[in-house]
Amino acid sequence: MTDRQHVLLIEDEPNIIEAIRFLLARDGWHVSTHGEGRGAVEAVRQRAPDVVILDVMLPDRSGYDILSDLKSDPALARLPVLMLTARGQSKEREMALRMGADLFMTKPFSNAEMLEAVRGLVRPRSETP
Amino acid sequence: MEARMESGRAGARIRARRADRGISQAELARRAGISASYLNLIEHDKRPIGGRVLNQIARALGTDTTRLVEGAGPDLERALRRAANALPTDPAPESDRIEQLTTDFPGWSALIGAQSRRIAALERQVAELGDRMAHDPVLSASVHDILSAATAIRSTAAILKDGDLAAEWLERFHRNVDEDSRRLARTAQGLASYLTAGEGASHDAVSPQEEVEAWLAARDFRVAGDEEPNAQGLSEQGRAALAAYLAEVRADAAALPEERLLTAFGLAGDPLALARTLGQPAGRVMRAIARLPVAAVGGPVGLVECDGSGAILFRRPVPGFEMPRYGAPCSLWPLYQVLLMPQAPRRDALRQFGADSRPVETWCAAEIDHPEGYGGPAVARITMLILPEPDADPAPSVGATCRLCPREGCAARREAAIL
Repeated sequence: MTDRQHVLLIEDEPNIIEAIRFLLARDGWHVSTHGEGRGAVEAVRQRAPDVVILDVMLPDRSGYDILSDLKSDPALARLPVLMLTARGQSKEREMALRMGADLFMTKPFSNAEMLEAVRGLVRPRSETP
Repeated sequence: MEARMESGRAGARIRARRADRGISQAELARRAGISASYLNLIEHDKRPIGGRVLNQIARALGTDTTRLVEGAGPDLERALRRAANALPTDPAPESDRIEQLTTDFPGWSALIGAQSRRIAALERQVAELGDRMAHDPVLSASVHDILSAATAIRSTAAILKDGDLAAEWLERFHRNVDEDSRRLARTAQGLASYLTAGEGASHDAVSPQEEVEAWLAARDFRVAGDEEPNAQGLSEQGRAALAAYLAEVRADAAALPEERLLTAFGLAGDPLALARTLGQPAGRVMRAIARLPVAAVGGPVGLVECDGSGAILFRRPVPGFEMPRYGAPCSLWPLYQVLLMPQAPRRDALRQFGADSRPVETWCAAEIDHPEGYGGPAVARITMLILPEPDADPAPSVGATCRLCPREGCAARREAAIL
């Protein structure tokens, strides 16, 4: 177990995974990844991250469905979720936020935006239930 | 032979052109070899004009007789009428004075006409692209791919720019940027090729139904049921859909030979009356009419069929009546009104909202089948035949699809328009 706070990145694009993993790790985060929609909710349960970064368009399951499962599980409902999407339409954003996402970012984003978003989402350990 | 003036506005055109050139009535009369009082009557459209006098007046005014007699021409008048109906303004354009506009201000009216045509062309482009953006799986996948590659490149390039990387990471990120930039170029090239593949659906048909429609469009929808189809280029599902279509053509032709339909059609254009006369279902009669030669029907013919869910089964597009390639059509189409009340066939004279719409006459009827007998499901097929109706001038009352429809306050609107 590490003292570093843990980000679980659920994303299927290997080079995006690599860049975000490097970026966050350099910023002091422990980063784990899950590369598909299938098994994503189980991965969250098992790894107990502090923050989830969740891509909307995964090959086998929509990020919205995964978000819905997370938010309907009382043990995971308060877990901060940052949604990533290549669709920047306002209805996508509204839907993500209505379903309980804490933040919504449109691809392509800057590294500074990503870092600021993740830093802003994490709760101090003392607040964690 | 003396050409008689057909339009009552030739005099006004002569007057406007004379004033434009700063020629007095007396001077023009002198050049034309007529009295000033006679010219005055001509200019106020109180005397017909033609022949030698018309020729001399036209020459003196530096124009041709056609321009004076026919005015701006039907194309310009149509474009101006389209411009007048395009946007609600207060006060509304004086549509009843279009001829006066073209006479008194030929340059401005030509400009308005050209702008109207340009706007219509751009609207078509935007509509098509909007439609594709919203529903086209190829385009959606390409855009997703491009944005994913751009995201990876942007993040990785920023990391590289920060510097201070171990050699292993440096090499890895250089490789990633190289991979993603190649992928970006490849996807962008594919997308450009897709978007510029040319007009019509034949280049990028994505469903078996579209393949069949494109195949038929290439043959102007004239096929014989016994034709051995050259289905080269069609997918397996497309070939199966084409075979099913041709089987129906054969069945229709056996029950209703074209010669018989042509003879009956010459006596009555009403598909329901024809159906009674010929002892055939109305849907078959309408489909058969849509397969007749254009010359026999009097113009291009459109046909749309849907099933009980409203899903489109078949489309034969017709100029002036837009049919969306993707997404559901306007629920105000008579097709859907008959779906709601299948026992009540309809005939409507209508036109769509939109710059390029034309008045059409639609005939709609439903066929309800029970292929599994009692207790089985009812299978509905609604057919809408679309014939040109150049003599009617109905106000726009339906759209193509909500995303492309400018109608405000429509009770049947499902989603906002992109225009």
